[in-house]
Amino acid sequence: MSAPTSQSNSLAHYKSGPDFFRLLCWLASAVTVLTLGWIIFKIVESAWPAIHKFGWDFLTSSAWLPNRERFGVFPFIVGTVVSSFVAILMAFPLGLAIAIFLSENFLPAPVRQVIRFVVEMLAAIPSVVYGLWGIFVVIPLSKSFADWMVSVFGGVPIFAGPAYGNSLFTASIVLAIMILPTITAISRNSLSSVPKTLREGAYALGSTRWEAILGVILPSAAPGIVAATILALGRAMGETMAVAMLIGNSSRLSWSIFSPAGTLAGLLANQFGEAQELQVNSLMYAALILIIITLFVNMIGEAVLRYTQHQTAGIR
Amino acid sequence: MKLKTTLATCLSLATSLFLTPKASAQQISGAGATFPASLYQRWSVEFNKVQPAVKVNYQSVGSGAGVKNFTQGVVDFGASDAAMSDAEIAKVKQGVVMIPATAGIIVFAYNLPGVSDLNLSREAMSGIYLGSIKKWNDPMIVKDNPNAKLPDLPIQVASRSDGSGTTYVFTQHLSAISSKFSDEVGTDKSVTFPVGVGGKGNEGVTALVKQSIGMIGYVEYGYARDNGLAMAHLQNKSGTFVEPSMESGTATLSAVQFPENLRVWPEDPTGVNDYPIATFTWLLFYKEYSDEAKLKALKEFVNYGLTTGQSFAEDLGYIPLPASVVEKSQAALATIIKK
Repeated sequence: MSAPTSQSNSLAHYKSGPDFFRLLCWLASAVTVLTLGWIIFKIVESAWPAIHKFGWDFLTSSAWLPNRERFGVFPFIVGTVVSSFVAILMAFPLGLAIAIFLSENFLPAPVRQVIRFVVEMLAAIPSVVYGLWGIFVVIPLSKSFADWMVSVFGGVPIFAGPAYGNSLFTASIVLAIMILPTITAISRNSLSSVPKTLREGAYALGSTRWEAILGVILPSAAPGIVAATILALGRAMGETMAVAMLIGNSSRLSWSIFSPAGTLAGLLANQFGEAQELQVNSLMYAALILIIITLFVNMIGEAVLRYTQHQTAGIR
Repeated sequence: MKLKTTLATCLSLATSLFLTPKASAQQISGAGATFPASLYQRWSVEFNKVQPAVKVNYQSVGSGAGVKNFTQGVVDFGASDAAMSDAEIAKVKQGVVMIPATAGIIVFAYNLPGVSDLNLSREAMSGIYLGSIKKWNDPMIVKDNPNAKLPDLPIQVASRSDGSGTTYVFTQHLSAISSKFSDEVGTDKSVTFPVGVGGKGNEGVTALVKQSIGMIGYVEYGYARDNGLAMAHLQNKSGTFVEPSMESGTATLSAVQFPENLRVWPEDPTGVNDYPIATFTWLLFYKEYSDEAKLKALKEFVNYGLTTGQSFAEDLGYIPLPASVVEKSQAALATIIKK
């Protein structure tokens, strides 16, 4: 028996049997999809009594009073959205600047690689560690900053006092650091995938480096940067542990970013353990709302990202 | 042939793994309140030294989850800071015996450098948590602290953001002393206070108070003591300002009149030296157990906890049960029978 015949024989044998790998892949993906479906079904099922009882009022009412059987999550929706947007406001300029810095040749490649690695390492730190760091490091700093802001701009409602250490502002700072790697990584990717010809064309027409970055490179990478920001927003909205430790978990609405606030994820983490009956149903309803919001945000992000990839593929 | 042997070995190994511990040691499992967890776990460790054949595993999953597990019958005993309501008891067909196992007091911990032995009147306590007293130099606080230098600082109020027995007992007392508090906030394991910031767990509130000057919060005595926080002297029903301590807590608990089911709270104690906010925490048992050996081990364990076990309480920040209460608990324990 020569080697080639045995090989072709076994290949034929392999082809005639059922394709187990294919089956395995099908099974694995089916299990994933079914699990998501099952989770959502279970949440809707256990939320049903609350959905039935409160309906849309649940979204607009600001009373979360477990002992009076009245539940409304408006302050928590506001807290979720505002804390994430403030975090984006802080993280976006920083993240984009790092991305530009890393995609241009300001520094030798090995140094850039190290910086890139360090920034992406931020994503590997567990949430609870951010929370602890926030309690011991960020809170004292943000409290003294907030005290100063209140003393100077206290008349403006969003900077009104008294300034708390555990506040929307503190939570947003830590959130901003947590989502920084998302913004940097995806933005850097889309910046460095801007075709070389465009860059060279800009220089050939006599533009300086800054003109090339601002006029040519950033606009062509813009959709990717937008997608990065939206995905980061999605991550910030779903973040639980660090926020629950830092935001102050209050269900009162306040104009001031230096007041305690609450988020949907934090509400769930805090109250699930000791909840009973209608409170459990209401928490499930809140979970459903959180899922819908983050799913929606992530879908927009994915859509924009796909759109970019199509576009850049065309230029290439 | 070879496969068969391997299979047989695996099987026997699995059998020995799963079955042997059951034969050699009596396993008892319990679940419930987080507040007494460190004491129950200590009992379990110490009892195992005395009685190596019995292993007690207590999981601190929270009072609510503890009652749920107990009702479903997945644990041998439950534990709850809020005992069990009549509606909850009705769901357990074997019947329920509730036994006070240890006790604690809840303190107002505050952070005001230079101000020690702060006195808080009943109006001040509820006023702070209703948001009507906003500054540390409010006349309502100043009148009971003539010698203290109270600063012109806003009072920052900390509370528990998670559901807890601590909040239940705390709001129960404030509701008992202030009808306004009872109307606006009420009593529950999680409530919405009109002011303040929420921390997760006793450790979360402790961290809040420790970090910000001007913060006040309610925590279990042990947490405030171990973290060196200043604790306010609270005014009780008779008008005296009482320092939180083992003695004043014991005074409150000794005076409690128990109903038959042993479920009672000193909502607003009347004695002159009683500390106003104190509570028992309960172990929950079925009235009947089918496994005689387990019942025997369980009774031995609880008896140990109620007698020798009380000596660990003070170390861990709990109030040892007064002798009269231990007697009542032991009598209740004796009523548990084999089915």
